[in-house]
Amino acid sequence: MGTIVTTGNKGKGVRSDCFITLELTDQGGMLLQVESKVAALYGTDIRKKITEMMNFFGIVNATVHIEDSGALTPVIAARLEAAIHKATKTDKEYLIPMLEENKYVTTRDRNRFSRLYLPGNTPSLMINAGIHKPDGIILDLEDAVAPDKKDEARFMVRNALRGIDFYGAERMVRINQGERGLDDLDYVIPHNVNLILLPKCESPEQVHAVNDKIKKIKKKTKQDDPVWIMPIIESALGAIRAAAIATAADNVSSLAIGLEDYTADIGTRRTPEGNESFVARNMVVMAARAAGIQPIDSVFSDVGDMEGLRQNVLRSKALGFDGMGCIHPRQIRVIHDTFAPTPDEIAKAQKIVHAFDVAQERGLGVVSLGTKMIDPPVVKRAFNTINLAVKMNKLDENWRETYEQV
Amino acid sequence: MSKYDKLEKNAAGRVVPTVINGRPAIPFQGIGKYKPTGYKAAPKIVSCADFPEDGNKVVPNLKEALIKAGLRDGMTISTHHHFRNGDLVAGQIFDIAHEMGVKDLMWFPSASFPCHEPMTKYLDDGTINRIEGSMNGALGRFTSEGKMHGLGILRSHGGRYQSVQDGEVHIDIAVIAAPTADPFGNCNGVNGPTACGLLGFALADAQYADKVIVVTDNLIPFPCLPWQIHGNYVDYVVVTDQLGIPEKIVSGTTEITKSPDRLLLAEWSAQFCDEAGLIHDGFSFQAGAGGTALSIGIYFADILRERGWKARFARGGSNKYLVKMLEEGLVEYILDGQTFDLEGVRSMRENPTHTWTSPFTSYNYHGKGNFASLIDIVILGATEVDVNFNANVVTHSDGYLLHGIGGFQNCLFGKTVILPIPLFRDRIPVIRDEVTTLCGPGELIDVIVTERGIAINPRRTDLIEKMKNSKLPIRPIEELKAEAEKICGVPEKPKFSDEIVAVVKWVDGTVLDSIRRVIS
Repeated sequence: MGTIVTTGNKGKGVRSDCFITLELTDQGGMLLQVESKVAALYGTDIRKKITEMMNFFGIVNATVHIEDSGALTPVIAARLEAAIHKATKTDKEYLIPMLEENKYVTTRDRNRFSRLYLPGNTPSLMINAGIHKPDGIILDLEDAVAPDKKDEARFMVRNALRGIDFYGAERMVRINQGERGLDDLDYVIPHNVNLILLPKCESPEQVHAVNDKIKKIKKKTKQDDPVWIMPIIESALGAIRAAAIATAADNVSSLAIGLEDYTADIGTRRTPEGNESFVARNMVVMAARAAGIQPIDSVFSDVGDMEGLRQNVLRSKALGFDGMGCIHPRQIRVIHDTFAPTPDEIAKAQKIVHAFDVAQERGLGVVSLGTKMIDPPVVKRAFNTINLAVKMNKLDENWRETYEQV
Repeated sequence: MSKYDKLEKNAAGRVVPTVINGRPAIPFQGIGKYKPTGYKAAPKIVSCADFPEDGNKVVPNLKEALIKAGLRDGMTISTHHHFRNGDLVAGQIFDIAHEMGVKDLMWFPSASFPCHEPMTKYLDDGTINRIEGSMNGALGRFTSEGKMHGLGILRSHGGRYQSVQDGEVHIDIAVIAAPTADPFGNCNGVNGPTACGLLGFALADAQYADKVIVVTDNLIPFPCLPWQIHGNYVDYVVVTDQLGIPEKIVSGTTEITKSPDRLLLAEWSAQFCDEAGLIHDGFSFQAGAGGTALSIGIYFADILRERGWKARFARGGSNKYLVKMLEEGLVEYILDGQTFDLEGVRSMRENPTHTWTSPFTSYNYHGKGNFASLIDIVILGATEVDVNFNANVVTHSDGYLLHGIGGFQNCLFGKTVILPIPLFRDRIPVIRDEVTTLCGPGELIDVIVTERGIAINPRRTDLIEKMKNSKLPIRPIEELKAEAEKICGVPEKPKFSDEIVAVVKWVDGTVLDSIRRVIS
């Protein structure tokens, strides 16, 4: 009897995942047992992949038993590699090919209305996440992963970053707190992650530690693309230090608040009205705005209550937030629609942009609407509103062609 | 007698037997090509003098009724499926047959459900020779593994009516479970503790069977109104404690989907219909029972409400959502084929504009028209489609027979047929080079909506033109297939034996495809 380890998930309700039992033996070569609901179509492929990986890690004698519920190749590879790392001491990494379409970068000021949390060890929720067009997806290594699954989740998240197409969503990872979080970075930074969420942030030093590690890894792997940081304020202390945190590094793109933990920290509960977190949310908005970055609100946890969500977004927008988290794809539409410019806002922005166009045409330095002079920041905001409205299908991109007639 | 003989390639390129269970069969010749001549089948002439003058046809129990009906080896016994997964009657018939030592029966249900799994033991011991109708779940698995004595035949709801009417299938004894009946045999599905709405699937059985037994758990004095089935067709009436389990009778998917992926399919399907101009005042649509189809109905309702339009009629499967549309005035008529929930049953009872239909009025291909071809938008599902837009609804990609055809083939004659289906299910790609089993010819299927893109059948140049500037992701079907295979990998071909275990009939009674034994 050698070492026996297991990874992955099985049982009723588990889909697109697999459960692997790996036993290292002293002799007898490789014994491979495949139980798969897709055996008729992919049995050969699964065997081939497992054999290839065992060879890669130089394992000669072992029994591999896979119970597969339709896992895609990146998932099978992640599960097997996690098992191998559990059973042996190896530094080797088995990297599945990086999809060409996953090699995009994001800008500091891109839209971050919605960011969809995806538990880092639940592949079934990852595969179609991108088709719902959230602004960002978060592969969560922290609270959404059970403590005993944290190690295998790293391989899952790494393979997701390489092998799952999120269709243009900003690719974010929430790392763990403390040392484990710093170690998490080794599994994600080399794989074109766009943004790191830093949970329970209470000091600029935490941001420094994460950023130093990011820089170190990037230097080692010779990467230039930006990796943004979004610290999450989840405590009274964090809220008090929000301003220092927001300015802790030049790649902090946004500052978020996490209200479940925050309300627990101040000794109360979350209410729909949110009076208990009113000051903290204002502090986050102020700190972010002062630093010139985006303030981002917490998630709304009742996935069945769309009207409640809408009211929550309206409050959020009114407080000055630029986006919020979501925990179910159904929330994305409501969040986008509600954060999006209203018809009134669009009409007003059109007037201003039109006035700007007229001023440009006539070579005037000053933009004016009727008798009112329009300040440059207002013009800039109007352009932002128009761009957003076009992007969100609320305004035709050629609106100028017909605007004169309105 | 061999199960089948004399294989031939049909017009769809599929190899099919021309002798099935000892009787000749005609290979598929193309859509609308096969025109049979001659006369329809006719039931025996009977005389009133042989029936009780007081109109009381009640016999003590089902066994006695079956004996009186002359139950013996080799007979064809029919049942309907309005009780869906809550059916308690069909099983009893074969329990009795088994107990009496009767062999080689043909079971002719309008559909089978998971609750019919116990039939496998009667298929095994020879009480039942074969099933013609649908073989779902465990029965399908049993068939796929080559264990059924006779050759299975799959027919659509309309094809079932056609086969009886044309004399392909002669029903010896029809057992009609009826939620309310009178002693004369008049019966309906709208009243009683096990109300299921209507009894349309039993119409052919009543009209053409030699002997008709009505089984009810709610006997009322004459007259039973509405008389959806007339007692004039009925030989015996049996009263039993319970016909079905009410909560399982409404076992179709009756809630709109909460799955975000399916909601996306529903939203895109509705948006497609709208942008293509298929939705207009006075249009008609077919609303299915699946979660996605129900959600599409909700989007239709929103569009109608917003524009002050009405649908002239909706084809059901009725359910609470469709009833709401009717009662809100968004739909003028519901033409109902089967009721999926108790709201549907209530509405059918109360609303004169919610009417029951039968496979004769809605689907029968050998009639003087049927209304399936009048419907503007038809939403259907499929287990697989292929790059030529052919669809499979009965087998899975691993070759196992798991579902019946239902009304699928019949609905294909609607004006625009849309299939919202995921691009892959648990790694199994849905778009193949060639469907495992051909159930719906591609020339009748217009649009395939997946979560990664929408494919329009190249034959529908009108739709392609209308959607030219759409922001919906309209893509060639080959491209969608390639994307699925990029994500899932290219699947192997499942291994089949040469042995045929069942055939799929087309709506005109010709043989469309063969289902082969799975090598497990």
